[in-house]
Amino acid sequence: MSPESRAALLFLAPAILLLAVFFFAPVIAGFALSLTDFDLYTIGDSHNLRFLALRNYRDLLGSSIFWTAFGNTLYFALVGGPLTVVVSLAAALLINAKLIRAKSLFRTVYFAPVVTTLVAVSIVFKYLYHPRFGVFNRALSAVGLESIDWLGNPKLAMFAIIMLAVWKGFGYTMIIFIAGLQNIPGELYEAARIDGAGWWKQFRHVTLPMLGPTFLFVGVVVAIGQLQIFAEPYVMTRGGPLNKTLTMVMLMYEQGFRFWRMGYAAAVAFVLFLIIGTATLVQMRLQEKR
Amino acid sequence: MTRNVEGLMLKVECKATQILHHLTFNIKPSTFLVLLLFSCTANRDPKERLEFWALGREGEVVAEMLADFERANPDIDVVVQQIPWSAAHEKLLTAYVGESTPDVAQMGNTWIPEFTAMRALEELAPTVVDRGDYFPGIWATNVIGGKLYGIPWYVDTRVLFYRSDILAAAGFPRAPRTWGEWGQAMETIRARRLSRYAILLPTNEFEQIEVLAFSNGSTLLNRDGTRGAFRQPPFAQAFDFYIEIFRRGWSPAVSNSEIANIYQQFAQGDFAMWITGPWNVGECKRRLPAEMQDKWATAPLPARDASAPTGVSMAGGSSLVVFRGGKHRAAAEKLIRFLSEPAQQVRFFELTGDLPARRSAWSAPALVSDPYFPAFREQLERVQPLPQVPEWEQIATAMFDRGEAAARGTVAVPAALAQLDAKADALLEKRRWMLDRAVITR
Repeated sequence: MSPESRAALLFLAPAILLLAVFFFAPVIAGFALSLTDFDLYTIGDSHNLRFLALRNYRDLLGSSIFWTAFGNTLYFALVGGPLTVVVSLAAALLINAKLIRAKSLFRTVYFAPVVTTLVAVSIVFKYLYHPRFGVFNRALSAVGLESIDWLGNPKLAMFAIIMLAVWKGFGYTMIIFIAGLQNIPGELYEAARIDGAGWWKQFRHVTLPMLGPTFLFVGVVVAIGQLQIFAEPYVMTRGGPLNKTLTMVMLMYEQGFRFWRMGYAAAVAFVLFLIIGTATLVQMRLQEKR
Repeated sequence: MTRNVEGLMLKVECKATQILHHLTFNIKPSTFLVLLLFSCTANRDPKERLEFWALGREGEVVAEMLADFERANPDIDVVVQQIPWSAAHEKLLTAYVGESTPDVAQMGNTWIPEFTAMRALEELAPTVVDRGDYFPGIWATNVIGGKLYGIPWYVDTRVLFYRSDILAAAGFPRAPRTWGEWGQAMETIRARRLSRYAILLPTNEFEQIEVLAFSNGSTLLNRDGTRGAFRQPPFAQAFDFYIEIFRRGWSPAVSNSEIANIYQQFAQGDFAMWITGPWNVGECKRRLPAEMQDKWATAPLPARDASAPTGVSMAGGSSLVVFRGGKHRAAAEKLIRFLSEPAQQVRFFELTGDLPARRSAWSAPALVSDPYFPAFREQLERVQPLPQVPEWEQIATAMFDRGEAAARGTVAVPAALAQLDAKADALLEKRRWMLDRAVITR
């Protein structure tokens, strides 16, 4: 080993050590756990631990509750994700527009939900959604519409949570989009204008292509975040009504910390990891092709 | 002198840690508990510090009652930690795994099998209290494998709530006593449209199926708790009756979340009967309009047939348990004995509305003179514990899920029962394996 690489290794050592202790070791331990039936009985007596190989995974994929949770999570990500991107891009375009005044004020206002505590916000939204006293229903009845049981109605509960998640999260991606927009050279717009491109054509042929890398980053970040949704349904609905807001992480939490089936819960975690990994890969591939 | 000052400082410090502990409890219970124990056991205060976790409303009022206990036992200092019900189960589990359990805790009696499976609980001597004074079904929820792990604190069970005016119009001046009469009453109410529906059995409550099965002699699982007993006649017949209630239009197939205001609907005659628990006595008194107050009543569950006095309901409620490895065993038992005194049980009922676990406390005027509680008193003599396996909650969830599917007609009854047995058998596989290895002694 040359002195340079030894020095490099020495400098990298703290980071590698931290990663090994706090990331790789737990991940490996978690995977090992998912191959066992670690549960309540094991806590009572460690002799009650069995090696199951992949049986947890087989049971998981064969259970209807897993597919319910998977479907709900996918619904949340496929509706909530694009909605977040669209809303945050719109907000970024507005803030970036030359005519707008008090830009920093708007930027702060839109970004504020991001830095608030998720649990606190969820509790506030639970009140806002209250069937009788909530602000949303007050507004509906003010215009003569019937009030809605947002969180109690199986068809609407997940959508109500999506609205909260979009409101809470769009500020972050908006900032990234603003940064992306500011990186687009002004000459491109000038050239486009000289060629006679209107607002829409400029947006379609200059802004969108130039934002490509930003879209990739935002897409990955949003997808990872959305697939791991937990606190909102945990605080607001506990997975109900009729399991309509039970998400993958909720399922993992329930199995792990409510029924203490740690082996099974670890298997859920790894399946989720695979799903998120696949989603990320697909997005990157799609981006490459463009 | 210096010693005194030092003692005082330690006390102040200890209080500060306690406050800190209270403030940060939701974030890092274990860390602060360790800190707390450290600072407080190390001090020279001669008082014995007993940590007591109580849940929800009970946790609020029990502190009031403990002043008397501390006066009678000046050497014991009880620290009550109040935990919301919604977080209690997880908190107790994680506390045990994180080795930061309290000395004494209140626990839903259906959780005892789980904590016993983890070997978290200390075995108690039945002589701690007067065993004969307790309802046998309630007492049994605390006994696992012949050993006692908890003392009942208050009880909970389900009885029949009914609109006495509607049942009287159907020819039942008193509540139906048997399933035969019950079916007849429901059919009359339906045929003569005395109310919109005869009964309300929310499809997302497994308790409804449980009490019908108990009344028909089912134990839900086999004796060892290793396989489902859902296709056996006692359960299958009860399940048939349950499904028939929906099929004949006696009850709507709706879940709780589809009912906006149950009290209003009960008052306006949307349904005439309802199987629910003691908390709804207070709620009905408060929420039903004044002109309704003499038109509702409670009765024990109808029996399968005339050979039994009443049906069999479920043995619910909370127990007081002692965690293993605590250093204050004697003080813990003193506290349990104090809270179990009939006078304290009555006081607890007055403060919370929770029903006493001891028969002698039921002679209190507030309970005897009330028109609604005697039905509970009668029912409590015939209650049965749920299957005492940690997996029960998951099996019960499957039970209402299959019940709902059968009630809505998306699955045939025999198929639903077979699915239930399959689900139970799969969940109980570990128990069978352990029993084969004779690790558990049942």
